[in-house]
Amino acid sequence: MATKLPKEPVVVIGMGWAGGIIASELTKAGIKVVGLERGKERKMSDYLMVHDELRFQHREELMQDLSKETVTHRNNSKMRALPMRQYGTFIVGDGLGGAGSHWNGQTYRFLPYDFEIKTMTEERYGKNKIKADYPLQDWGITYDELEPYYDTFEKMSGISGETVELYGHRSNPYPTKPMLKTPVLEEFEKAAKKLGYKPYMMPSANLSENYENPDGIARAACQYCAYCENFGCEYGAKADPVVTVLPVAQETGNLDLRTHANVTRILNDGTKATGVIYVDALTGEEFEQPAEVVVVASYVFNNARLLLNSGLGKPYNPADGTGVIGKNYCYQVSSGYSTLFYNDREFNLYAGAGALGIEIPEFTGDNFDHANENFIHGAGIRSTQYGNRPIANNNVPIGTPSWGKEFKEQSIKYTNSILQVKSQGASMPHRQNYIDLDPTYKDAYGMPLLRITYDYTEQDKALVKYMAKVTRSIAEEMGPDHIDTVGEQAPFNVNVDTNTHNTGGVIMGAEPETSAINSYQQMWDAENVFVVGASAFPHNSCFNPTGTLGALSYRAAEGIETYLKQGGSLV
Amino acid sequence: MVTEKENNQITKQANTNSTRRAFLKNSGLTVGGIAIGATFGGLLGNLRGGEVQTEQTPPPVAEVANPNVALMFFTPDEYQTTNAAVERIFPEGENGPGAMELNAAIYIDHQLASQWGVNAKDYRLGPFYKPEPTQGEQIKLLRQDLFRLGLKRLDNYSNENYERQFLDLEAGEQDDVLAAFEEGKAGSISGVSTTEFFKLLRQLTLEGVYADPMYGGNKEMLGWEMRKYPGTRMGYINEIQKKDFVELEPNSLQSHMGHS
Repeated sequence: MATKLPKEPVVVIGMGWAGGIIASELTKAGIKVVGLERGKERKMSDYLMVHDELRFQHREELMQDLSKETVTHRNNSKMRALPMRQYGTFIVGDGLGGAGSHWNGQTYRFLPYDFEIKTMTEERYGKNKIKADYPLQDWGITYDELEPYYDTFEKMSGISGETVELYGHRSNPYPTKPMLKTPVLEEFEKAAKKLGYKPYMMPSANLSENYENPDGIARAACQYCAYCENFGCEYGAKADPVVTVLPVAQETGNLDLRTHANVTRILNDGTKATGVIYVDALTGEEFEQPAEVVVVASYVFNNARLLLNSGLGKPYNPADGTGVIGKNYCYQVSSGYSTLFYNDREFNLYAGAGALGIEIPEFTGDNFDHANENFIHGAGIRSTQYGNRPIANNNVPIGTPSWGKEFKEQSIKYTNSILQVKSQGASMPHRQNYIDLDPTYKDAYGMPLLRITYDYTEQDKALVKYMAKVTRSIAEEMGPDHIDTVGEQAPFNVNVDTNTHNTGGVIMGAEPETSAINSYQQMWDAENVFVVGASAFPHNSCFNPTGTLGALSYRAAEGIETYLKQGGSLV
Repeated sequence: MVTEKENNQITKQANTNSTRRAFLKNSGLTVGGIAIGATFGGLLGNLRGGEVQTEQTPPPVAEVANPNVALMFFTPDEYQTTNAAVERIFPEGENGPGAMELNAAIYIDHQLASQWGVNAKDYRLGPFYKPEPTQGEQIKLLRQDLFRLGLKRLDNYSNENYERQFLDLEAGEQDDVLAAFEEGKAGSISGVSTTEFFKLLRQLTLEGVYADPMYGGNKEMLGWEMRKYPGTRMGYINEIQKKDFVELEPNSLQSHMGHS
């Protein structure tokens, strides 16, 4: 029997970027917030021993304990979904800061095109361009409406970058200058410019210079130590809720932060939530936390799973396309790339940062003509310098054995002599790609796991082929001794694809028939439930999701504040 | 024995301790929202500003055996077989030592004895079904059992084909055996394909060669040195701007101790 606690104004599930921003904004406005985080507490000085590739990257120290909870996957509805028993693809964050602690820090805005993708695609290419099986939809908000929230997120996190002409209007320049354009990135820049493109430095949450944000949080500049993705930043140079929004919320005295608190259900009567049930992950003790407003701000997977396990919202039905919870699950399409091998040149590849990169805008969104292509949207064509750690980076030319004398020789020879031109492609929704509850597998608390039914589509395959050619042409211009290009999209493989850019499942939109939440992330079916995160994206763009997630979180915080005053639907 | 490099390491560590401690103290304060001033910026500059210096080697100290080189999981026979196998995955050559010399088998012993060896953070609930190739492994065996049974299978397969134990085969024969394992053509390990054992062996070998030496492998950071990897340092803001390759002596995580 759960111990019933006193009612509070707001309970937030998950203390990553989404939950951290909402907690920070509401507590600054004097509103009491209970923050429930299923993982452990974390502060910057805990990151002292973080330069440990084995522990953090290959043993996933900062990630969710899969023995307690995982996802199941199948490529299509004819297959039996099986659990992801160990990490291969998604690395789902855990603990204070969530994925905002272990991310790389690549912080983009989506394009104006993204928010009105259906309307703009039909206007330019006609109604038949989008095939019936692709439930593409506008977001219920325009870029211009979301712009001020992007601006707020970028100022809070101190994003380092440069204005790009082909992208949406900016009310302000980036708060800090771009990161260093290193000799490695100059290789890409020279080639891209020769081909007539306009390369720009990737917008980065790894600070290019010391920075103090509007909350008075001061952070030091990035030292290019090469330990970003999978790791926490011991300098605080990488924006992380643990060094930005969470200390601000705690400082107000209005945040009641409870770690090891794993929410299993949202209590509701079908139209309104009354609170949540959570389990102390260390002791197993169960608690009921009543609240005026419930904010669901965990990772994409758990946002949808909590709603489904709580009977909130109408589950998506792939057979007829009705229902919304679990709809439009999307990913990222990044299989078109070229690897460049140099015989007589060595670069300082041991150095780097998670958002140190250079990119061209010409193949993103609808910035090129799709009239004769079998796909819409596009990809960022980019070269990055993350810092090549030795266990993870043993690249050899295709055809080289994967072990033995030749492997050793080649992998060591090319350790510091290898560059890549990559593509990060948009992912369009498909009627048969969705998430729901698994009928067989359960988590450590006996609740059904989330089941992902997903594979790459014809659209994705055509996009990869096209983008691979673009990467090849830039690679050739860069003039290495050997180039390997991968240009075919293989089936989605839960242990091979390396990307955590999962989106959708609780999508936003203008109408309750086709979306779960409105543009304030308020549930159509339960006005005091706000579901915040990349789960809100009706499709995934060709950019990393966090910038847009951050902007939507600020808008949600504003909505919650209004709701607490006046109630009712915010749109 | 303590090498010259290790001695250098200790000296360097002593030299950077005070700066580093002050730095962390200061950066810790930023969490509380206290603005960082010029002093802090200057400190960072100093921290990264200097070129790498080679300090004087201190006087030699008494030889100390590495206490990490001992077994906590393998039997001596299993250790020997593992040593032979990892050396074929990553053999000694002109470019440097092989996995045997780098203590990869010691690393593997320690890993299999750890909670990772018993899949503590993996999803372990059933049912276990045979997966499609896109669904990831669905193996009921624990890693330490799969590895142990895999070693046994290496010997059995060697006996079936060469009438000798794996350890007693010529290098080329060992390679052929491992290739058969890689391709899943060497029978089964309690229902699990030999490919799965091979994947575990290869992964652990590379980790044992390149993980921080505190885990028991990558002896004297020679694995890192081979590929000119500097291990762990506070930053590379100078090096990353250089057109030419800047070679640095490796540092291990040990050099970060005593800074909190």
